[in-house]
Amino acid sequence: MKLELGVNREFCEPLLELKHVTKYYHGAAPALEDINFSVAEGEFISVIGPSGAGKSTLLRCINRMIEATSGEISFDGVLISKLKKRDLRKLRTRIGMIFQHYNLVDKLSVIENVLHGRLGYKSTLAGVMGRYSPEEKQQAMRIIDLLGLHDQVYKRCDQLSGGQKQRVGIARALIQDPKLILCDEPIASLDPNSAKIIMDHLRDVSAQMGITVIVNLHQVSAALKYSDRIIGVNQGKIVFDGSPSALTAEKIAEIYGSESNDLMVELGERYAI
Amino acid sequence: MQSDIFAKRKKDSLIFFSLLIVVTVGSVVITQYDVSKGFTSLLKAFIWGGSNFYPDGKSLTILPDVLRKLWDTILMSIAATTVATVFATLLALVGSRTTRMNRVFSLVARGIASLFRNIPLVAWAMVLMLAFSQSSITGYLALFLGSFGFLSRAFIETIDEVSNDSVEALSATGASYSHIIFQSVLPSSLPQMISWILFMIDTNIRDATLVGLLTGTGIGFSFDLYYKSFNFHAASLVVILIVITVILIEMVSNTIRRVIM
Ligand SMILES: Nc1ncnc2c1ncn2[C@@H]1O[C@H](COP(=O)(O)OP(=O)(O)OP(=O)(O)O)[C@@H](O)[C@H]1O
Ligand SMILES: [Mg+2]
Repeated sequence: MKLELGVNREFCEPLLELKHVTKYYHGAAPALEDINFSVAEGEFISVIGPSGAGKSTLLRCINRMIEATSGEISFDGVLISKLKKRDLRKLRTRIGMIFQHYNLVDKLSVIENVLHGRLGYKSTLAGVMGRYSPEEKQQAMRIIDLLGLHDQVYKRCDQLSGGQKQRVGIARALIQDPKLILCDEPIASLDPNSAKIIMDHLRDVSAQMGITVIVNLHQVSAALKYSDRIIGVNQGKIVFDGSPSALTAEKIAEIYGSESNDLMVELGERYAI
Repeated sequence: MQSDIFAKRKKDSLIFFSLLIVVTVGSVVITQYDVSKGFTSLLKAFIWGGSNFYPDGKSLTILPDVLRKLWDTILMSIAATTVATVFATLLALVGSRTTRMNRVFSLVARGIASLFRNIPLVAWAMVLMLAFSQSSITGYLALFLGSFGFLSRAFIETIDEVSNDSVEALSATGASYSHIIFQSVLPSSLPQMISWILFMIDTNIRDATLVGLLTGTGIGFSFDLYYKSFNFHAASLVVILIVITVILIEMVSNTIRRVIM
């Protein structure tokens, strides 16, 4: 199945395509500069780079949580940059997002947080009242089971561990029925064990459900282990775009600049994990 | 370096206390306030209070009337608070950085909140008396405007600090503005907001007494009436009932707070 996708990549319309995307905040230096890449359906892509390289900005430009200054982004055949508010909302229902700090409503239960993933499909009244159909509730339960949270369904989210919270985050993204999931440092606040569980779930999401995953990572070792493809960003520019096997020590040095010395130690784990 | 910091702390406190002494002595001299006389007369006041200011059997006949007035005062405080809550919530949603739709409106809303917050209740009562003279409308409006200012400010801060992250997550799922308000912002801020509302009811019951003195209504007016007609036993009954009410209300709101937090 994977192989097939790989072969088709050249012929199919890409799921996501960025052309000349540039983002300026207030400063003179751009946070993103002339970003170009396309993503085929089903790919698992890691974005790596030093702190402040522009990884979060890049991810948020894709679903327009941040407006790019110029350039074109198309998703599933639709030009995102041109969408009006209502159409943008509709498009966002097909793009899940997962955050470093989970971004759950802590005072609500697991099931309520998961069902929030359906809000984009709802009328104003149904969403405001939090009315969900029996099918939606069953689907939420299935996903919660899948992520191993069945004992936590009615627990308030502020009573969960970090790893459990992140799994709720994944469940909320999955119930959107997305074609693409964007993850901004999903394991940066987790211990190694929980981090592995989360990354394994993300890999399953990609391999078994065919959902495309783009994940910002701090850990090069995790990027090497899990991705089909790695994009290296430095100072707002893409400096590497290729398979994990092509990511040599020199390339890593180029991506991370002066930070790379510390990373070489970490890379001792490259074949250990 | 370390010793420098300690030396600086010492110097700072020295300056602070010297200033405090200068200001205190200065104001005593200027107002010709006799400190020792102040304390001795306070003592005399207590002795006088002990021998006159207590409810006697006869004053109990006014109990039904006072209780009714007290009940009116409580209801008025609650009504002023709840109506203020509605308006304050709307203003806070416009003003808060997380939920604002527009930068300019947000700035205006924050401005209004700060302005109202800084006008003391008594000032409201005085201004309103010009329009409505001494009536219960004046008292109600004064409490309402005071609560509105205070709650707006408190709600803006609550919303600002509580719900940032989940708002981002919900807008990324494609949820609409009203979905985000009702599914994320309000559930996150509600316990804190209820806590402020209870505090406001509490404060309003205390303040209503004071405002009543000014506007000639409610329990404050009863006190004024009995006091000025030298019926100290009745006046003391009013005071005791107010104190009991305030303590009871505080206990109730603390219990509610414990349950919801
Ligand atoms: N809201 C903002 N306003 C102004 N500048 C910003 C804003 N957000 C990010 N930047 C700047 O843009 C650049 C890229 O930031 P970004 O958060 O995308 O980096 P990152 O690669 O995600 O870093 P990290 O690994 O630390 O999360 C940084 O120089 C940052 O200071
Ligand atoms: Mg980041």
